[in-house]
Amino acid sequence: MAESLSLPAGNVIELEKVRVTFGGPKNQVTALAETSLRVAHGEFVALVGPSGCGKSTILKLVAGTLAATEGHVFVAGREVDAESARIGMAFQNPTLLPWLNVRDNVMMPLKIVPPFKKEFSRKRRGEYRDRVEASLARVGLGGFGDKFPWQLSGGMQQRASLCRALIHDPTLLLLDEPFGALDQFTREELWEIMQQLWIDKRPTVLLVTHDLKEAAYLASRICVMQARPGRIVDDGVVPFARPRTIDLSFAPEFVSLTQRLRERIVAARAVQEAAP
Amino acid sequence: MNEAARRHILSTVCILGFFVIWEILCLIFNVSDIVLPRPSEILVTLWTRFPAIWPHAVQTLYTTLLGFAFGIAIGVLLGILIGSSRLAYDVAYPLLVGFSSIPKVAVVPIFVLWFGAGTVPAVLTAMIMCIFPIVVNVATGLAATEPELQDVMRTLRATKWEILWNIGLPRTMPYFFASLKVAATLAFVGAVISETVASNRGIGNLMMIASSSFDVPLVFAGLFILAILGVALYAGFSLIEGRVTGWAVRSENFAGGG
Repeated sequence: MAESLSLPAGNVIELEKVRVTFGGPKNQVTALAETSLRVAHGEFVALVGPSGCGKSTILKLVAGTLAATEGHVFVAGREVDAESARIGMAFQNPTLLPWLNVRDNVMMPLKIVPPFKKEFSRKRRGEYRDRVEASLARVGLGGFGDKFPWQLSGGMQQRASLCRALIHDPTLLLLDEPFGALDQFTREELWEIMQQLWIDKRPTVLLVTHDLKEAAYLASRICVMQARPGRIVDDGVVPFARPRTIDLSFAPEFVSLTQRLRERIVAARAVQEAAP
Repeated sequence: MNEAARRHILSTVCILGFFVIWEILCLIFNVSDIVLPRPSEILVTLWTRFPAIWPHAVQTLYTTLLGFAFGIAIGVLLGILIGSSRLAYDVAYPLLVGFSSIPKVAVVPIFVLWFGAGTVPAVLTAMIMCIFPIVVNVATGLAATEPELQDVMRTLRATKWEILWNIGLPRTMPYFFASLKVAATLAFVGAVISETVASNRGIGNLMMIASSSFDVPLVFAGLFILAILGVALYAGFSLIEGRVTGWAVRSENFAGGG
């Protein structure tokens, strides 16, 4: 499938001259220097960079769990607030609720997010249940709905967490290093699942990751960030056609892309360390 | 015989052994039943004077359970308030600690002054005895809720109520049930204190009268009844706890049934 699908015009994410600082006037820390970022509908954007570069800060701004010190954050054309766009999020930890089984965990967004929540009590045993089962089956968790999170392996928990992030058809999917704590093989397996989900549903995705290979494999665009103060220093398109395979990650053009990204980040770190 | 059954038998034998040793020591040292009656004497007293003891036991159970129920209702509400609001925490915690430091026997006369002797002061005393542990545990449970779990809900734009209902309260259940087991026994203490001071019914009153006529076996019969009621209530809540909060101990039992 080619990248140039016809998609609704307009940006799902718009950061306009956003700045985030923590602390008082004396010990102020700039987590994010003035940054602007646009993510179009259906794009898969990865944010990469060293720790403390503000990747997660951008994610929190978009998720609405952190307020910008200056500037504006728009999601789906509206300023981020309590009534903003439908967002799904997966975290580094699966963060499944231990008192609910996998099915009820995945179903949670349908209980909270309009318009699903209006009909929740009526459809939870019928339509919504089927929907959850179908989504679990798609990530290879068919038949695990009755299990509790602690009965699953880390990789399976993370799959359930992906299902939960996608169950309510979010226009925007935020991924905060969701594959970071997994072993290499599980991670690659989940990359493939993630890519397939993206091809099927075409949500707009913002992925934060340390893993350059992961970024190059999954994203259609990569933003490189730099720390102190956090800012975006590079923004480039990933040219590979989809669906991409794990084999691709050993191809010379793929390796040279990750190498270039790596050099960019290393250079940025050198500048940063030279600064007082 | 499996491991669990063996453990049960062993613990039962040890508990029975406690009473047997009590019995034997009393016989060896020839202890008078006015000082310390033997368990067998207490059981005989329980059996022969059951019709006289029974209404008192019912009265004590009634006031305790009623006070306990009120205590749970108020305790949970206060706990939620304190656990979810900084201001409520700052205001209510010192008041609560101060209040719970007052010996409850000292407030019984006040209740009697307000409501007259009898059932009401016993219910109220049982209630105030069990509020404190419930409030502290519910508030702690809410405060200990992992921020990551709340973030899941916040990205979904859940309201404060939805977060409380779906995350905070379920997360608090293990703390809540731990406090219920403490509170259940405290409620008995409260009811009996009040009955001892100001009532003409209840186990507390029975023991008061029995001790003033040196009927020590009857006093101990009253203690036995209290202990049995307390254990029964504790066991009941342990059972419910296992069903509701089995996830906290990752019980396979819970996973199968839930």
